[in-house]
Amino acid sequence: MPKKYNIPTKTSPPRFTPIGKSTILDWEGGCLRCFKCVKRQCIYDVYNERTFDVRQMTDTIDSLCKNCLRCVQSCPGQVITKVANAEYKRMGNSYWTPDIIRGQWFQAETGRIPVSGAGYGGPFSGPGFDDMWTDMSEIVRPTRDGIHGREYINTVVDLGRSFPCLRFDAAGHVVGDAPKKIEIPIPIILKDLPLGSLSESVFLAMAEAAQAMDTFMIAPVKEWKPYLEPYKTHLIPLLTEAEIDTHGELIRGVRIIEIQLSDVTEARFSRIRAAYPDVLIMVRVRLGERSGEEALALTRAGADILHLCADRDGNVESGNGTRFVKDVVRSVHKDLVEAGCRNEITLFASGGIAMAEHVAKGIIVGADAVAVDIPLLLALECRLCFRCEAGRSCPVEVENIHPEWGKNRILNLIAAWRNQLIEVLGAMGIREIRRLRGEVGRAMFFDDLERETFGKLFGKRTKRESVGN
Amino acid sequence: MNTALRSKTGAEGTAHSGRPEIKVTPSRFRNAIGKYIVRRSKACIACGKCAEICPYGVHEFAGKTMARPKDYRCIGTACENNDFYCVRQCPQNALSVRLNPILEVLGDRRWTPELLISTWYMAETGEVPPGDIEYKIGDSGGGFDRIEFCFPPGREPDAVPDDEVSLRIPLNRRDDGRPEVEIDMPVYGGGMSYGSISLSVMVARARAYQAWNSFTCTGEGGYPEELYPYDDHVITQVATGLFGVREDTIQRVRIVELKYAQGAKPGLGGHLLGDKVTPAVAKMREAVPGSALFSPFPFHSVYSVEDHKKHVDWIKHINPRALVSVKVSTPTDVDMVAVGSYHAGANIIHLDGSYGGTGAAPDIAKKNIAMPIEYAIVKVHNFLKEEGIRDEVTLIASGGIRTAYDVAKAIALGADGVVVGTSEMVAVECIRCAACESGRGCARGIATTDPKLSRLIDEDWATQRLINLFAAWRRQLIEILRKLGMRDIRELVGRTDCLKHLDYE
Repeated sequence: MPKKYNIPTKTSPPRFTPIGKSTILDWEGGCLRCFKCVKRQCIYDVYNERTFDVRQMTDTIDSLCKNCLRCVQSCPGQVITKVANAEYKRMGNSYWTPDIIRGQWFQAETGRIPVSGAGYGGPFSGPGFDDMWTDMSEIVRPTRDGIHGREYINTVVDLGRSFPCLRFDAAGHVVGDAPKKIEIPIPIILKDLPLGSLSESVFLAMAEAAQAMDTFMIAPVKEWKPYLEPYKTHLIPLLTEAEIDTHGELIRGVRIIEIQLSDVTEARFSRIRAAYPDVLIMVRVRLGERSGEEALALTRAGADILHLCADRDGNVESGNGTRFVKDVVRSVHKDLVEAGCRNEITLFASGGIAMAEHVAKGIIVGADAVAVDIPLLLALECRLCFRCEAGRSCPVEVENIHPEWGKNRILNLIAAWRNQLIEVLGAMGIREIRRLRGEVGRAMFFDDLERETFGKLFGKRTKRESVGN
Repeated sequence: MNTALRSKTGAEGTAHSGRPEIKVTPSRFRNAIGKYIVRRSKACIACGKCAEICPYGVHEFAGKTMARPKDYRCIGTACENNDFYCVRQCPQNALSVRLNPILEVLGDRRWTPELLISTWYMAETGEVPPGDIEYKIGDSGGGFDRIEFCFPPGREPDAVPDDEVSLRIPLNRRDDGRPEVEIDMPVYGGGMSYGSISLSVMVARARAYQAWNSFTCTGEGGYPEELYPYDDHVITQVATGLFGVREDTIQRVRIVELKYAQGAKPGLGGHLLGDKVTPAVAKMREAVPGSALFSPFPFHSVYSVEDHKKHVDWIKHINPRALVSVKVSTPTDVDMVAVGSYHAGANIIHLDGSYGGTGAAPDIAKKNIAMPIEYAIVKVHNFLKEEGIRDEVTLIASGGIRTAYDVAKAIALGADGVVVGTSEMVAVECIRCAACESGRGCARGIATTDPKLSRLIDEDWATQRLINLFAAWRRQLIEILRKLGMRDIRELVGRTDCLKHLDYE
């Protein structure tokens, strides 16, 4: 058994008062001045701990209150009520919902798995990753204890190429050197951020976190400054093909480079490989209509890793409308399987990876691992207000974070994600994340279940899209 | 131990001595939450006009002045066209009605604010709410919420009396020499452990189910002696941690439930936080106070159907009169699991779907692991039929059954009956804040062992609220059967031709 991998967590409270889901309205008029005011009886003591954050003009009670509504239901003057917080509803967009944002904040603060009572309150199913369920096993297959179990559930993935088969020479020796491989202990790397009020502190926090977890961070070369040098072994420079020739010094010492290629030929890979024999070559593939063919060509041309990128909401523009990253990755994976070369290459998926469950689901549909971006920003308290994109100031001053605090928040988030991944793997009876790849048999899809059950009873489904928002 | 001394018949009467009585049992809190807010301004002269005309009991005198409006009974702005619309009839223009803004922060997609409010109303009055409050479906956008009954058009409900429509279901359908056990309604209570809910709620459940001649379940946390008077209406659960399971707890009951998994956290073990392990809880579970208790997953002695049979045999040997229920969650091969359980000797196969659960569970598990119950019922019912053994097992569904209509739909999809949990919690005024695990536990005294918070629940009050809820459900179920021209709930099993799905044609 390998040494038990563990991501250290440390409670790291937010610097700003978080935006609460709902807000308390209490007014003086009508107050009966009861001797035993309901506000004193709050079991969470929120009225005593309540302050007004003058910097943000926010009442801290919004984030302290747990919505038990006892004060609302008990106040004799009926002067307390609760209403939805408009500011909360405004966060994010239709993909990055306020609840997703709040969930990542909690994990980044505590390092803990979000747990709640009273069943699941969300929609039956939904678009994107929400139209599939993961499997579990009982009685007829062994399961595994999740995070509290005695068995070790391994989340290591290998990066790099594999031989399709071994070849031997006349003397019985294996022909050729085994391709170079790198192991990372979690199926997650940190991706360059698509937005945000970024600064040296932010990059430093990410680089430190990547190093502490022994995984990688993708860093565009234009952000590459001397302060990142100590983290070089855990950085993946993102370069254009032209930059490869001009950044030789930078590439020496890194273990993986990511390139954006305009045109792919075997000759080019050979040339890069000859110049940097110890470096794995990852190619960024912007997902689109012809992703399957492109991936196949790159695999045959000799890339070590493909990074399949959707846009930040997980969308992929293709000829006939928008497809979701999960569906496109699934078909790319299938194309490579059918071409008989899936095992030769490593696939990363990115874009729209917003929660721990998306890591598991991304791997189930065929990726080896995922690259995460916006959740890292959320860990740094970002509210996804998108002001930075308009060149305006960041309400939570992400640029001013202390790198140590930022690192801890990212570690907390990824630690919580990993624990959830282990829970899901345990429920499925899988002990190795590598065995989850492409295991669609360990998942259930909305369309299939509807067809197999309701389809036989009720005829033809008229509503095309799966339900949700 | 007063409750332990109560006679076996209990205050609510036994199975065959007539129906339990509905008694109006209002909210514990001063301000009940309704869909509408009715306000009376200072202009009121207490003329009593409103009290005279309102048929819903919103307005009442309190001595010489008018009492605060019971606005949770109001049918709202839809009343405008009625002669008895108080707002228009008030000579002083002192009344106003509007939608309650708190609905925005109440409930969720599955338990909408209106489902919460209607369940509270039923628990108070034993009747369905008047007006436009939705009491049949939620807003999840799929499953039960998109399935409707298609009642034969133009057909008046049969004019048979309630008592001639049977809701009884047998729980032992296999010829194995074990007792026939019947319940008077196709509903029994899900496992909620001593430790996860307060003792008064636990006892109240047992009393209410006794009154309706059905069952409650101990969950995995032992069998408190306060339940002894209700032994014939209690199911002992044997789960993976074996907490509180003794020979005695298996022998005193008529049904033993082997819990393999639960819908809220399929494939995951349980975790009772150290704070909740009070000396009493620890004693019951034979554990150490203050230290967290992990219930492993799975049964480490069961890795095959043969191992599973060994468990069933073991229970049957220890209690020769017990029926065995096997509770499983809903993986992709749930149909195989069900057939395996039948061959291992189970009397009841209990499928727990992924969207239910009352206690705390990881959000990722609740949302993502295993399939919703609506699919699982259909899969299992059909597979048992194909195997020719459907008539020998009792198929019970749970995990997302919220209303009487959900009960009827689950049965029409192929279940014999259902198990509920959350709706009971809502009946005793759970607000679904989902903070069961925070601080000292439930702010409403339901899911807590904190002595002070537990006092918020009165056992008699909770018992009556549950009795009322089931009375309201029973009426709705009978009404559904009448509209379909049926006399017996067993006729409805698997009658998917009585259903339509709004997303299909």
